[in-house]
Amino acid sequence: MKNLDGRSKNSCVLYFLLFAIMAAAPFVLPIYWLIILTEIVIMGFFAMSFNLLFGSTGLLSFGQAGFFGVGAYCTALLIQNGVESLTLILAAAVFGAVLAAVVIGFLCVRRDEIYFAMITLGFGMMLYTIAHNWIEVTGGSDGLPLSSLPAVKFMGLELSLYDPRWMYLFCLVVVSLGLMLLWRLARSPFGLVLTAVRENKERLAFVGADVRRVRLSSFTIAGGLAGLAGGLFALFNNMATPDFMHWSFSSRPILMTVLGGSGIFFGPALGAAIFFILEQMITQVTENWMIFLGVFLIPVVIFFPRGILGTIVEIAKRRRES
Amino acid sequence: METFAANLLNGLSWGMLLFLISVGLTTVFGVLGVLNFAHGSFFMLGAYLCMQIMHIVPSFWVGIIIGPLLVAGLGVIIEKVLLRRVYDRDISFQLLLTFAILLVLDDSVRLIWGPGYHVVEAPVILAGTIPFFSHSYPVYRIFLVIIGPIIGLSLWSFFHFTRWGKVVRAAAVDREMAEGIGIRVPLLFTLVFAFGTWLAALGGALAAPHQSLAPAMGERIIIESFIVVVIGGMGSFPGAFVGALLLGLLDSFGTSFAGRAQMALPFILLAVVLLFRPQGFFGREV
Repeated sequence: MKNLDGRSKNSCVLYFLLFAIMAAAPFVLPIYWLIILTEIVIMGFFAMSFNLLFGSTGLLSFGQAGFFGVGAYCTALLIQNGVESLTLILAAAVFGAVLAAVVIGFLCVRRDEIYFAMITLGFGMMLYTIAHNWIEVTGGSDGLPLSSLPAVKFMGLELSLYDPRWMYLFCLVVVSLGLMLLWRLARSPFGLVLTAVRENKERLAFVGADVRRVRLSSFTIAGGLAGLAGGLFALFNNMATPDFMHWSFSSRPILMTVLGGSGIFFGPALGAAIFFILEQMITQVTENWMIFLGVFLIPVVIFFPRGILGTIVEIAKRRRES
Repeated sequence: METFAANLLNGLSWGMLLFLISVGLTTVFGVLGVLNFAHGSFFMLGAYLCMQIMHIVPSFWVGIIIGPLLVAGLGVIIEKVLLRRVYDRDISFQLLLTFAILLVLDDSVRLIWGPGYHVVEAPVILAGTIPFFSHSYPVYRIFLVIIGPIIGLSLWSFFHFTRWGKVVRAAAVDREMAEGIGIRVPLLFTLVFAFGTWLAALGGALAAPHQSLAPAMGERIIIESFIVVVIGGMGSFPGAFVGALLLGLLDSFGTSFAGRAQMALPFILLAVVLLFRPQGFFGREV
């Protein structure tokens, strides 16, 4: 037990160091790369919220972009209606996504494995269709532009989010708070029950747990956090569009998680970094970067199912043991 | 009465295409145990190759025979080189592999034929319209409504009355037992996957004169065929038929009673089926 405490204290120090390095980025990086890093932070958080479903609970959802988009539209609608408090706006984004996730999750958790993947894909596309066709509210395929970005009020200061550096730091702080919640959750009794669902749902049912309810809770939390990521993304992009809800957008957190490694807490975030850096490098040469992504993904799926970070950690562990 | 009949024919023709795609999807899943995400891409590839061949040999019939065969050849390669390696893996990794194949195929189509629309002319016998009440109706759609059940029926009799069909069904029920009585299962897997891709590509080639070709055409059909196999029951032949017809009819009649909300109808149907019969109409267990 003592050993375990020491290790978790170690990782606390490590995470604090990571946060400090990330927080120093605006003073070092050029603006162009800072903007890309902001996107990595938001999408990395989106991927980690997805991994609560995939890595911990063993459910592969192809519809997370739906909840991401609900969060984005909540943010855009509130700002259009003159709400100025960012706390209120992001809380509404989470609330809207949670609401959507409870209703859709109630239907989806009735099946698992490939059925779950197909059904979540379907309902995610339903949200996309609504955003696309309900023009009066969502602005249709043009999306909803954000009329203005509210300033962050912090210790008497007013920090404008139009400055990419404040935008980055704001996203970093919100994401860190969300990650603390995810980290706590993964190590709570509830997190252990989630793992039990993944490993053996029949046995879990025999010892008296309601598998459907556990899955629904996991789905709802993942959906709510996806909504938070979507809210940040709407602020970052200055608008919400139906593309945020399309299934190709849902596939992003999946690809990031697989690239980084689903078995490791920060794996999906590293995957997000790899994803965007690859995208930057390849789109300078050609527009058809999805081919390269696919060609890159195939060997990862076949030979490195634990992802890049996961494979590195595994090799390091084996070295230490031998 | 007239709109009713037109809606009926429209719904049936779309339903027939949907059926061809779903039956390939459900057969591959039944035998190989792999849900093929790239199935819609094979559908699209069938349509584009049919068009490409018609540029060389200006005959729709040559295109519809050779195009799907080429796609089936691609299916053989994909099964032998890639899919074979993941049969014993977790189901989500199989899904991800076929998803990576989808990314490559969809973007390749965009690279080769461009993002714009293409049109394929129907063959002369099936071109034009026939008088239909006071208006007219395209002959090609009527051809689709007729050819759909013919293909469906021949598939059904193939699976039930021929030796090869029985072998496929046996392998679907129990892989190890099939191997034990001397069926060469690896070869069978390759053939079944090629057959599934051939069906998808045939559907695509048949759809080519019916709709315009664009890189997004695989996307709509794969999502709708996912809904078909979930509500019909995965692995079930009659389930795919009933589900596809239901979705096709909902598509055409929906506009008249639901207006703009028609796009959401397939998902509402999916939700209702999940609530009251989660295993689908013809599904066995949950």
